[in-house]
This record gives sequence, C-alpha cells and structure tokens, in this order.
Amino acid sequence: MMERRTFADREDVLGAVMLAPALAYVIVLVGVPFVLAIVLSFSNATAGSLSFGWAGLGNYAAILGDPIFLRALRNSAVVTVGTQLLVVILATAAAQVFRATFRGKRFARFVLLLPWAVPVSLAAIAWTWIFDSTFSVINWTLKASGLLHGWLYWLGDPGLALTAIIIVQAWRIFPFATVIVLAGLASIPQEIVEAAVVDGAGFWRRLFQVELPLLLPVVAVAVLFGVVYTATDLGVVYILTGGGPANTTHVLPTLAFQRGILGADLGQGAAIAVFLLPFLIVVAVAMLRLARRAEVGGAAR
Amino acid sequence: MTRAALRRVTRRAALYAAALGFIGFAGFPFYWMLVTAFKQNRDLYVGASDLSHVPWIFNDPPTLEHVKLLFGQTDFPHWVLNTLLVVAAVVIITVAVAVPAGYSLARLAGRWGERLGMGIFFTYLIPPTLLFVPFARLVSLLGLQNSLASLVLIYPTMTIPFCTWLVMGFLRSVPWEIEEQAMIDGYSRLAVIVKVAPRLIVPGILTVIVFTFTLVMQEFVYALTFISSVDKMTVSLGVPIALVRGDVYHWGALMAAALFTSIPLAIVYNVFIDRFIQGFTMGAVKG
Repeated sequence: MMERRTFADREDVLGAVMLAPALAYVIVLVGVPFVLAIVLSFSNATAGSLSFGWAGLGNYAAILGDPIFLRALRNSAVVTVGTQLLVVILATAAAQVFRATFRGKRFARFVLLLPWAVPVSLAAIAWTWIFDSTFSVINWTLKASGLLHGWLYWLGDPGLALTAIIIVQAWRIFPFATVIVLAGLASIPQEIVEAAVVDGAGFWRRLFQVELPLLLPVVAVAVLFGVVYTATDLGVVYILTGGGPANTTHVLPTLAFQRGILGADLGQGAAIAVFLLPFLIVVAVAMLRLARRAEVGGAAR
Repeated sequence: MTRAALRRVTRRAALYAAALGFIGFAGFPFYWMLVTAFKQNRDLYVGASDLSHVPWIFNDPPTLEHVKLLFGQTDFPHWVLNTLLVVAAVVIITVAVAVPAGYSLARLAGRWGERLGMGIFFTYLIPPTLLFVPFARLVSLLGLQNSLASLVLIYPTMTIPFCTWLVMGFLRSVPWEIEEQAMIDGYSRLAVIVKVAPRLIVPGILTVIVFTFTLVMQEFVYALTFISSVDKMTVSLGVPIALVRGDVYHWGALMAAALFTSIPLAIVYNVFIDRFIQGFTMGAVKG
C-alpha cells in the first residue's frame, strides 16, 4: 500500500505544482512591480538611463508644491465621488425597471450592456465627437428645444469638461452596477418581500424600507468596483480632454502618464500614481469586510 | 375605466418611459456612431448652430465612403490582426496558468484555498495606472518596447487573477462525486486531473477565454505605454490615437471603427454576463 502513495496521489504536491505558475506570475509581475512602483517614487529614475539614485522625498515635495498636481488630485476625488453618486441613483432606478417584465426587454438589456462592453478608448472617442465644439449634437438638441441660448464649449471649459468626464464615467459604469443590483434583488428572499406586501407596504415603502437595506452589501460591491474603475481610469480623460484646457482637467492617472512616460520622469510619475493608493486601500478594506460578513452570514444560514 | 385599471395603465406607461430613458442614455452614443459612420461628409459637417439641419437623421442618402476608407486606406485591418494575435497568445497563457490554479484552489488546497484565492483575486484590483511606470522600465529592460510581445507578457497579470478566481468559483458548483467515483474506480489523483477533470471544466474554460478576449480588446493603458509605432498597435489604441491625422479627425471612419469593434463585444457580453457577475460579486450575492 505504501508504494502506491506516489506523486500521482499526493494532493498537497499536486496542488502546489498546479498553483505554482499562477502564484509565480502574480508575485513576479504584480507583486514586485507594485513594490517597485513605490520604490521608484523615491528615486530620480528617468526613462533614458537604467541607473538611478535616491531622491528621498524630493518627488513628493515637488508634486505637493505643484498646483497642477493638487488640481489633479482634487479632480480625481471629485470625478470619483460624483460618478459613484450618479451611478448609484441610475443603477437602483434602472434595476427597478429591468426586474419588471415588458415587451422588448431582451433588446433593452442588449442596449443597456453596450456601454460596458465597448472598449473605454472607443467610447471616449465617440463622446469626444458628441461633445465637439462645433458639431455637438447635444448643443443642437438643446438649442432646437429652446433650452440653450448661448453655446456650450463642453471640452473647452474646465467646469463643463469635468461634468462631461463624470457623465461619460457614469454612462460607462452604471450598466455594470445595474446588473449587480439586479443580481442582488434576485437573491432577496421572496418571503420577506411578500410579508411586507401583506403588511400593506406600497412600492416606495417596499423599496426604501425593505429592499434597499437588504441590497446595501450588493450596492457596496458595485460602488467599490466603480471607485476602482473611475479613480484609476486613464482612457476617458486622456482622450476626451488630454488634461486640458491648460492642465485643469488632469486626474492622477493622466498626470502620472504625462510626467512619467511622456515626460520620461519615472520618479515623479510613480509618486503621482502612488496617490491612487488611498482610493484602493479604502476599497480593499471595505471588500474584505464585506467578504467576511458574507462568510459569517453564509455560516449562520 | 376603473381606478385600479387606470393606475395599472399609468404604471405600465411609467415603466416603458423609464425603460426608454435608460436605453436612450445607454444607447445614444452607439446610435451616433451608426449615423456618423454612414453619413456623407456634406451631411455630417454642418455646424450645430444651424438649427434647420437636423443632425439626428440622414438628410442625404447613406454612404459606404467612410467604411471603405477605414478598411482600404488605414491600418485598421492591421490592428485587428494584431489584436487577434495578442488575444490568441494571452488566451493560451491564461488557460494554461489559471485553470490548473483554479482547480488546485478549489479541490486540492483544502481550507487554504479560499484565502489564497481571495489574495490572488485582490491583485486584480491593482490598476494598470499604478503599474505602468515600473512596467515601462521592465519592458525596456527586456528590450520588448514597441512590440506585441510586451502586451503578451503583461496582459496575463490582469487575466490570471480574475480567471483563477472564476475557475475556482465555477468548480465549486460542479459536484465532487464524479471525480470521487473515478478515484474509487482506481484512477490515481493525477489521472483524475488529467482524464476526468478537463471535461468537467470546459464551460469554465470557455468563460476564461471569453473574459480574456474582452479584456484584451478593451485594454488601453499598457498599449498606450508600450506601443509607439502605428503598425504595432491594437484596435483600442490605434483607433483613437492613430486614426486622427494631425488635426484632422476622420469622424466617419473613426465611428465606423468604434461600431464594428463594439458589436462582437456586445454580443459576447450578453451571453456571458451572468458568469462574469458571479465572479465580481464574490459570494456577496448568494442565492
């Protein structure tokens, strides 16, 4: 019997062998670069040469004294929070619509998922055309319906450009959030909802006092992914405004790209990107807590 | 009409109105791509301040001019080919690495599987915009700058974590009995993995392939960082960056490219959406 317990039956060995390539890939090409991203932010590395020296806190001092960076940091926060507010409202409303049955629902679902399926960069270029300073169809429609008398330079005015960025981000993310909320709605035990109806709760009461509290963990998941998708996105701003006009609409990723890659100042680019970490840490901690709660809830059931 | 019937009709009307609103918001840019891609230039480039010219419809007959330009005189076909090459290579790497890992976490690693799986999944949250600076350095160290190989090397850092998690979750829904029976029938553990398990994981592998395909089609940040010459670009990079000649935007061709790229992705998403969602919600949504 002993000699039958060969390699082919050792679960621990097999498990380790099968897991090793994935673990190696993740450690070497995500873990190490992640550390390197932080290390580089304390260096004066440039794209031109491979040797680099330490800059201490030099990069951080430089960017913290730079109004363009501070503006980008604020823009990142504004866009991320603004987008999530819009997404939560749109997604809970859309989920209420899409849980009902109606004619043409399959087609409606197909259209709803389009913004999520299309590559970010292609969506951004389409929106650039929609917001065009001369040919904007939005301006035409507003003017034709009598709502607009002047002219909106969507991507030429800092305030409007940030609004445009938030609209595009919300447009891109709300379908994903809707689908997640729908999955959450489907998982609410039917007895609870029925009991509320029997007790005389109408649509709004059922929505706000029964379903939304139960949906909270699911909405949280949607928001957390939304934060990651918005705060770390480069494509929308890069293509829509390129950070302009006059560097007023940069977000952290576009500024990091401009300084680190285009400007070849890897150290400063890395330091700017490091400011994405607070966003990510908040998300990671919240996710862990949610996952633990799901685990505990699962065990209790 | 009774009060109750009236209320029902109003509610149906409100439902359809809301549905139309959401479809309008979500679908409007795609309608705009469609209209732009097939409009004649003299119909397309009329300033929006001219209220007598309705931009929402074809005022002149549609044309294939932009589509011909896109396929005949731009690098678009070349980018499609590049993208498919990268997709194929990344799919092979991802399946070869993530599927065994997912199996190991679900079936072999015992109680450590869940924790380790979540750890690997979390790396999916580390964004390209944090890693592109060190990767730019790594890629130039390896001499891979401006090559498709750089994308083939780096894209699995995004696909492997998510797909390992997907396969692990998928295998949990596959009953263990089939494999157990095979072992009772005298198969070794290894023989079960090689001969029995692959048949069971096929739907999971399909999801992995589809996820990888969509991710490679959509990726922009790394492509923008590593690739500089036009003939090495992928679709999602080439269209917004290289179809713009100097200051001249060929909007018709641009929108045609965006439209043709979106359609296959949209179809794939509709079919696989539920599997992706299971992955994203990580058990926060349990039936």
